[in-house]
Amino acid sequence: MIKKAEEIFFRILMIISTVAIAAALLLIIFSILYNGLPALSWEMISQIPKGGFYFGKEGGILNAIIGSLYLSVCSTLIALLIGLPVAMYMNVFMIKHRNTLNSVRFILDILWGIPSIVYGAFGFVIMIYFGLKTSLLAGIITVSLFIIPIMVRSMDEVLKTVPSGLLESSLSLGSTKTEISFKIFLRQCIPGIVTAVLLSFGRAIGDAASVLFTTGYTDSIPESLSDPAATLPLAIFFQLSSPVEEVRQRAFASAAVLTFVILLISIAARILSARYNRNKIKF
Amino acid sequence: MLASLILIIILPFFLAAGLYLKSILIINENHLQDLLFSDIWKPAENKFGFAPFIISSLWVSLSAIILAVPVCLLSSIYITQYAKSSVLKLMQPVIDILAGIPSVIFGVWGVLMIVPFSVKAAGWFNIHTTGYNIFSGALVLLVMIIPFILNILIEIFRMIPEELSEASLSLGATKWETIKYILLRKAFPGIVSAFGLGLSRAFGETIAVLMVVGNVIQIPHNIFDPGYPLPALIANNYGEMLSIPKYDSALMLAALILLAVILIFNFASRLLIMRFEKYS
Repeated sequence: MIKKAEEIFFRILMIISTVAIAAALLLIIFSILYNGLPALSWEMISQIPKGGFYFGKEGGILNAIIGSLYLSVCSTLIALLIGLPVAMYMNVFMIKHRNTLNSVRFILDILWGIPSIVYGAFGFVIMIYFGLKTSLLAGIITVSLFIIPIMVRSMDEVLKTVPSGLLESSLSLGSTKTEISFKIFLRQCIPGIVTAVLLSFGRAIGDAASVLFTTGYTDSIPESLSDPAATLPLAIFFQLSSPVEEVRQRAFASAAVLTFVILLISIAARILSARYNRNKIKF
Repeated sequence: MLASLILIIILPFFLAAGLYLKSILIINENHLQDLLFSDIWKPAENKFGFAPFIISSLWVSLSAIILAVPVCLLSSIYITQYAKSSVLKLMQPVIDILAGIPSVIFGVWGVLMIVPFSVKAAGWFNIHTTGYNIFSGALVLLVMIIPFILNILIEIFRMIPEELSEASLSLGATKWETIKYILLRKAFPGIVSAFGLGLSRAFGETIAVLMVVGNVIQIPHNIFDPGYPLPALIANNYGEMLSIPKYDSALMLAALILLAVILIFNFASRLLIMRFEKYS
């Protein structure tokens, strides 16, 4: 009897904690949208800050939106250019060397675990070393370093699922390993790879700590790589620490914009990975 | 391809070396012991004691982990053992979206909901606080690391062979007894490493914690005291970094300490997980 009671007691706790986790997500999204949407206006997302913006006068956060897009699109592209070949190399060329492959995965996992602020500090060191100023370029380099491990590791997880039969039969038909990588594996896994890219893009656009040192902050839209750039997370952070009520309201509105972008990315990734199983060769 | 791969493999060494070269200045001039254990932080007077920051970091991340242990364990057991597969289908997007939310959003949420709650909670103990304290930081961190830990735990419970629980059930044990004596015992190394990884994630979290933790340089004495964790120190002072001599070196040392702690935790946990995978 007591045994039964114990089981029921813990089962109830289990259901409570599972529901609590789901509730936390809803609560976060709800509270951000509830506070942010009233302050959100077209002016906010279509204009750059004007004089007195930080005292509650007019203007918007277009500078931060554009800056964030530049930064995250460029660094995602760089990470893709470096990351895709690495993931392919690991799964096509290194597949026979189990131990080496596992060590590489181990290092990548550890790199994934390093917090973005450390990447930010490292980016700052590089910046000083090369004599760069806070600029879009420095930010792009730092964020690329930060998302490469994420991208490689999540592509690797997708490529890992390709059956070895596919590799063997393509080899026996005479294709080179490079051909296999970019013609067969890539086609087989393209939705999964796009998901990995979207995941990294979400990381890049949402991260504040790594760009704090390197990208700087400005009220204008960056025109070249050596200009400093504003980013959305930092815009939220700075506006929220303002004592002026209107500016704080705008922080909530900017947070709503960022949440919206992230949710959009998440949903796109979800739809793509649902289609993942449709287009690939089945064994 | 190989070149890119090698580049990535040596990246962690570059990270450590770069930060070390920058912080060597301060390590040479002040004793490492003073740096780590002194609690006097006066950069203008050339006194850099990291103790308040390290202890604040420990407070925030340990409290978050202690809160996370029951929630994550119970929920992952429920999802993998009791619930229908439709629950996992429902929870997987929840976990993924929660994991994808940027930390600054968690910070805004913390300011909106957790800080007022923290004032109320401190009121129950007759403590007066602004709400910007360790407790708020820990709660925000808790929600941030739950998806991360939960994902690993679900993987680990799935890896345990079905035959084990079947054998136990056929010997007359109830479902709960099987979970308690077989599953949890078998998964123990995996569980420990999941929380180890969660702890290192919590230790390095910057913006969200910075926004709710109060940022007062002192050694906190209870959970409703404000704190000033290491990442917050780095993030808050980047502006003044170049105006005070050796300040930038001190901040890079802070980043190096952070890196070292996280590498150790990560390394230990990952090794544990790898061994677990091998034996199950």
